[in-house]
Amino acid sequence: MANVVELSVPKSNSKIRVQTGLFINNDFVPSVDNIEPIRVYNPSTEEELCTVTAASAKDVDIAVAAARKAFRETWGKNVSGFERSRLINKLADLMERDKQTLAELECLNNGKPVKIARDFDIGDSIGCLRYYAGWADKILGQSIEIDHKTKIAITHPEPVGVCGQIIPWNYPIQMWAWKVAPALAVGCTIVMKPSEITPLTALKLSELVKEAGFPPGVINTIPSLGSVGGLALAAHRGVDKVAFTGSTVTGRKVMEAAANSNLKKVSLELGGKSPQLVFASADIEQAANWAALGILYNTGQDCTAGSRLYVQDNIYDKFVATLAAKAKELVIGDGFDERSGGGPVVSKTQYDRVWSYIESGKKQGARVIVGGERRTTPGYWVDATIFTDIRPDMKIVEEEIFGPVLSVGKFHTEQEAIDLANDTTYGLAAGLHSTDQAQCHRVSSALEAGTIWINQYNVLYNNVPFGGKKQSGVGRELGSHALDEYISTKAVHWNYGENIEWPL
Amino acid sequence: MSTTTFSYEFNYETFKGKVNFPTGVFIDGQFSAGSNNTTIDVVNPSTGKVVTSIAEGTAKDVDRAVATAKRAYETSWGLKVPGARRGELLNKLADLIELHSDELAALEALDNGKTFKSARGFDLGMSAGTIRYYGGWADKIHGQVIETNEGKLSYTRHEPIGVVGQIIPWNFPLLMMAWKIGPALATGNCIVLKPSEFTPLAALRVCSLINEAGFPHGVVNVVTGYGETAGRAVSEHMGIDKVAFTGSTLVGRKVMEAAARSNLKNVTLELGGKSPNIVFNDADLDLAIDWSTHGIYFNHGQCCCAGSRIFVQSGIYDEFLKRFTAKSQSIKLGDPFGRDSLQGPQVSQIQFDRIMGYINSGKEQGAKVHLGGERHGTEGYWIQPTIFTDTRPDMRIVQEEIFGPVCVIIKFEDEEDALRQANDTLYGLAAAVFTRDITRAIQFAHKLHAGTAWINCTNSLHANVPFGGYKQSGIGRELGEYALNNYTNVKAVQVNLGVRI
Repeated sequence: MANVVELSVPKSNSKIRVQTGLFINNDFVPSVDNIEPIRVYNPSTEEELCTVTAASAKDVDIAVAAARKAFRETWGKNVSGFERSRLINKLADLMERDKQTLAELECLNNGKPVKIARDFDIGDSIGCLRYYAGWADKILGQSIEIDHKTKIAITHPEPVGVCGQIIPWNYPIQMWAWKVAPALAVGCTIVMKPSEITPLTALKLSELVKEAGFPPGVINTIPSLGSVGGLALAAHRGVDKVAFTGSTVTGRKVMEAAANSNLKKVSLELGGKSPQLVFASADIEQAANWAALGILYNTGQDCTAGSRLYVQDNIYDKFVATLAAKAKELVIGDGFDERSGGGPVVSKTQYDRVWSYIESGKKQGARVIVGGERRTTPGYWVDATIFTDIRPDMKIVEEEIFGPVLSVGKFHTEQEAIDLANDTTYGLAAGLHSTDQAQCHRVSSALEAGTIWINQYNVLYNNVPFGGKKQSGVGRELGSHALDEYISTKAVHWNYGENIEWPL
Repeated sequence: MSTTTFSYEFNYETFKGKVNFPTGVFIDGQFSAGSNNTTIDVVNPSTGKVVTSIAEGTAKDVDRAVATAKRAYETSWGLKVPGARRGELLNKLADLIELHSDELAALEALDNGKTFKSARGFDLGMSAGTIRYYGGWADKIHGQVIETNEGKLSYTRHEPIGVVGQIIPWNFPLLMMAWKIGPALATGNCIVLKPSEFTPLAALRVCSLINEAGFPHGVVNVVTGYGETAGRAVSEHMGIDKVAFTGSTLVGRKVMEAAARSNLKNVTLELGGKSPNIVFNDADLDLAIDWSTHGIYFNHGQCCCAGSRIFVQSGIYDEFLKRFTAKSQSIKLGDPFGRDSLQGPQVSQIQFDRIMGYINSGKEQGAKVHLGGERHGTEGYWIQPTIFTDTRPDMRIVQEEIFGPVCVIIKFEDEEDALRQANDTLYGLAAAVFTRDITRAIQFAHKLHAGTAWINCTNSLHANVPFGGYKQSGIGRELGEYALNNYTNVKAVQVNLGVRI
């Protein structure tokens, strides 16, 4: 089994070298078990790109041991905030240097257009690393006055330890950055399991980790099947914290495994069925733009996808017509084609899933006003699809589809809109469009979601927290809040002057 | 269009290199002559000779700088530029300072007299580190969201103040510039900075780096000039909304008065000190000696937080004095670029005269010169490491800030007495205590009236730990998160979502 592959970049003469072993202790190594390797595909062509080593449970043990050693000896409390900051910034510099190559690799494996990968995914990822590099020397505890003569209490924000991080395939590089940056900033070490569908950029980024100068074992990368490596991390007694982004179904398993093993800390960033509400006072043109972006960006493969849309009845017809026209304007195509604004869905499994939802929508009586027809060419293509005449009990309305498929409904009163929006077990995000400022704040206050977008959608910033309410997740990423997920606070009660009597 | 260039060739074992960079009054990204076309001589304190002349900035130049800064603030800085971008520029500036460390260290050694090694090892590292530290804060300036009632959304914004004036001293020219511009730029302010007329070279070199880093023109303006003219103009300017000053308490007073008389601008001051260093019988003696000598002789005693009054408990007094003296004698005075030099000259003739004046007053008032007390050499402004003993509390050398390599060593017996004497000063910048008894150390530190209390160390600073004075040693804190408060205005925004009256 080859340790290095060379992938050809379409429309160019260049090749990208990828190390395909497991990245442990700053080296690419074979598995100790030699189980079936992972096959990696190009979703635009359905062709196999290469294979990469699949980590077994034993490999996970080795990676965890490496991370633990690094935490004890070279990272954790052994490295200053200034040094962590310097290294994370250096990693950002290297990502900046290699962003074209990384974008091309991301496109080959995930299908998203190269320019979007480069300017948005990677651009934001570099910003994310730099943001957390800036926090690394600013992790502050508190000093708390107890008694001025004898006692003071101080809190130490300590790194929680070895962190298992399990990331999905929809934003491979960006999800990698969101996870590693705050963990490193605080002083944790990492065993990272990228998605088995999109492991290539995580492996490439591992080369940059070594080049930046992180000590061996600080970040380890172990592509693996979720049921093998992911579960092994979640259940590992040597892992102090697991962070998972993915489906709610799998998130449950992660939390169960954590509870059954060593009660490790858990943060979850799960699915959503996020609603967008368009009120009568909204700017229709703008709201339609944001609604289109909300369901079509990344070909709908976004945990915050605005997959349910409710429009106030007196503007319904005009709005839906406007939106339908915009949805048809998006060019979904090969990511190396400059004209493409979106790519295929990531895999055969996802393709089958999304199409089965589209079929179920039709079967359950919803009306297709845009899309809904398969292409005949190779590639996992799903074009923009809009359903109207929906009922709350339809599968397409209740369940997360994770494709460019929108369900559109109608409401009369503000309260009705809020009730429709909140009628879900999810609570990741919501959007509302209105020029009535009091309404904006009333409604945003009533919506049960971790992120509310007012007159926009799907725009995130590295310094604003992000995460779910209800079954969309536990904990927050981004902003200063992400640091808390990787910190374990130690309170030190310092008695420097009190003697007690015994018996009391 | 720059009108003058400073060229100099360094040819020393420790540093060989040529410098060549534009000088002048730096406004709107350009160097120019001062409005009077007059210049200020820059003297090399190792030789007493003029090295170059630089433009003299006047009140008119300050006016022009303020107008430029205001325009820049309104068009190309402030909150218009996202914090992440401000942070990016600060990081780039830090990169450039690191890249040019040798050159900048040489300039510091040339016009300030500190050793090249010390400048390279300490000043440069902390300067770049401080700017980088504040670069990291730039996109983390959070306000609060405050719950009042359902009909209201209340939040605060920590807005930049606007145009700020910054007046910095000559003892750590580059470092003081970094301490000032870091937090001011991170929070989105535009700056009119007046470096010391004695030590302008590093600041002028940094102006070119500011351009190179990509800061919009007019965001940082540097007006080289005298305190009484340019400095005063900054303090009393109606267009400057905040002034930050580091220097003597005497001049700090004038800055505050000028601010009050003009537009009641916000004032932060970082002034002088007469910091006590208390060594108990149970101190680790070697540790105490090493740190205590560092405490007074670091930077040739030209440190606002210098531990210049050393109180030693009677049980170890003789041994302490013996070892402290030996260590003081071992300090090699020499050319700042000398391979083995540990102490260079004092910064100027004026400072030299001042310090010698204090030494003479000590002699006249009857203190004992235990070590030193004389000039070193015949050229340049070297002063021997000097120790006075057998002092009385009312002596000028005990009360007043000398700002040279001169300490008084005072015997004490009683802990309460030591505390009382330590706090018996108008100043309150720093203090240090040496003891192995942790209870005593903490209790003592908590009772010292000083902005920094060092336990078992002295003169130890970090970009992320606040620094500043009690009493007449200053107002406000620099470094750490605390410095951000000096450069932000809190605005509370209260949005009525439907409350009718």
